[in-house]
Amino acid sequence: MPSSLQVKQLAVLHIGPIDLNINSKECVCLSGPSGAGKSLLLRAMVDLIPHEGDILLGGEACSQTRPCQWRRWVGLLPAESQWWYERVGDHFRQAVPGSWLEQLGFTHEVMDWSVSRCSTGEKQRLALLRLLLNEPRALLLDEPTASLDVQSSQGVEQLIKTYQQQHQAPVLWVSHDPRQIERVAQRHFVFKQGVLQQDKI
Amino acid sequence: MNVIALSALDLSFAAGLVLLLALLSLVLRLGLFKRIVIAAIRTTVQLTLIGLVLKALFANAALPWIALLALLMLSIAGYEVMARQQRRFSGWWGYGLGTLSMFISSFAITVFALIVVIGTEPWYTPQYAIPLLGMMLGNTMTGVALSLDHLTQNAHSEQAVIENRLMLGEEWRVAMGDIVRNSVRVGLIPMLNAMAAAGVVSLPGMMTGQILSGTPPVEAVKYQILIMFLIGAGTGFATMGATWLAARRLFDERQRLRLERVISGKR
Repeated sequence: MPSSLQVKQLAVLHIGPIDLNINSKECVCLSGPSGAGKSLLLRAMVDLIPHEGDILLGGEACSQTRPCQWRRWVGLLPAESQWWYERVGDHFRQAVPGSWLEQLGFTHEVMDWSVSRCSTGEKQRLALLRLLLNEPRALLLDEPTASLDVQSSQGVEQLIKTYQQQHQAPVLWVSHDPRQIERVAQRHFVFKQGVLQQDKI
Repeated sequence: MNVIALSALDLSFAAGLVLLLALLSLVLRLGLFKRIVIAAIRTTVQLTLIGLVLKALFANAALPWIALLALLMLSIAGYEVMARQQRRFSGWWGYGLGTLSMFISSFAITVFALIVVIGTEPWYTPQYAIPLLGMMLGNTMTGVALSLDHLTQNAHSEQAVIENRLMLGEEWRVAMGDIVRNSVRVGLIPMLNAMAAAGVVSLPGMMTGQILSGTPPVEAVKYQILIMFLIGAGTGFATMGATWLAARRLFDERQRLRLERVISGKR
C-alpha cells in the first residue's frame, strides 16, 4: 500500500512552520548546520515532542492515530542508538533475515554478542535492523552512516534502498555527505534558521 | 508492674552524652556540632509538645481533634517526602503525589487495623490510633521518598533510552517498566531488611518500649508482629501507588516523556 508522508504547518520552538510532501518510494535528503533543528524536526514528526501542525501518512493523521501505532508506522532512526539489555539479541523481537545481516556485514552470531563489546558503527547498523523489523511504512533517518566506513555505508544505503522499494516507503534522510545525497536522494533541502530551502543535488 | 518514672535529672544524664558527642565532633572538626545540637533540641521540643498534645487528646478523645492531628502528621510527612527529592515534580504534583498515596495507604491500613484487628472501642481511641498512624507514616514516608527519588533520577539519566524505546513503538509502561520496577524495589528494601533483622539483630523500638513499661514480652511481640506486617503492607502499597502515579505523570496523553515536569531541587 503506497503512502506518502505529508508534513503540514509543523512548528516546534524556533522551527517552522514547515510544509513538506514526500511521495512513496521517494527519498528526500536534509542537511544543514548542527543546531538548525533537524533532529528536533524528526522527533516532532514521530510525535515525541509537543508541536503545532500535523503529519499525515497515506492520509492518516498523526493526531488521530495512537502514539505507539504512529511511531511504528513512521520509524525514526536516531543519530545515537540506545541499548538497554546486555545481549544484542534481547533487543530483537523476531529473527532478522539472514540477507539483511549479511548485507550489513553480520552473521547470526551477532545476536549473542554483548552490547558493550559493539563499536559505535556496529550499534548504528544493528539499530537500523532493529528499526526495519518493525516494518515501518515511512523512514526518518538521522545520519544513519555517520560513523561508518565506506564499505559499511554502501551496505546500509543498499539495504535502505531495497526496503524502500519493497515497502514503497517515503524516506527522509539527514546527511551531510554531498556524494551520498547524490546517490540516494531525489530531492535535497537545506535547513537554515528553521526553514527548509530546496537545494540542487 | 509499675513504670519507673524518669526524672528531669535522669534525662539530663542522657543529654550529657549527646553533648559530649557534639563537643567531640567540634574537636574532630566533623562540622556536625550545630546539627547535633539542633537535632537534640528538636527531639526534645517536638516530643514534649506531642506528649502534651497526646495528654490532652487522651483526656478528650473527640474524633475531630484526632482527625486534625492525623492530617497534620500527614502533611508534615508529605513535606518530608518532597524535601528529600533531588528532582521533584513542579506545581502541586511535587507535594500531592507522595501525600496522596501515603494518605490512602496509611489511613486505610490504620483504620483497618483499628476496626478489624485490634477492635478498639471506639475505633478511633487515640491511645491506639495516633501511635499506629505515626509508625505507618514514618516508614511509608521513607519508602515513598526513596522510590520517587530513584524514579525521577533515572528517568532523567535514561532519557535517551526511554525515548529510543518509544520510537520503536513501545507503550510508556513498557519503555518505563524496568525503571518503575527498580524504583519500587528500592523503596521496599529498607522495610524488608527491617523485617528480616527483627528480633535477631535489633529489638524494634515499639516492642522495647512496651517491655520497658511492663508489658509481658509475648504480648509485646504479638503487637510488634502486627505492626511490622501493617507497616510492610502500608509501605508497599503506598510506594507502588506513588511510583505508578509519578511514572504516569512523566508522560502526557500522546505518550511523550515530559521531563520538564520535573524540576531540580534546591539542594
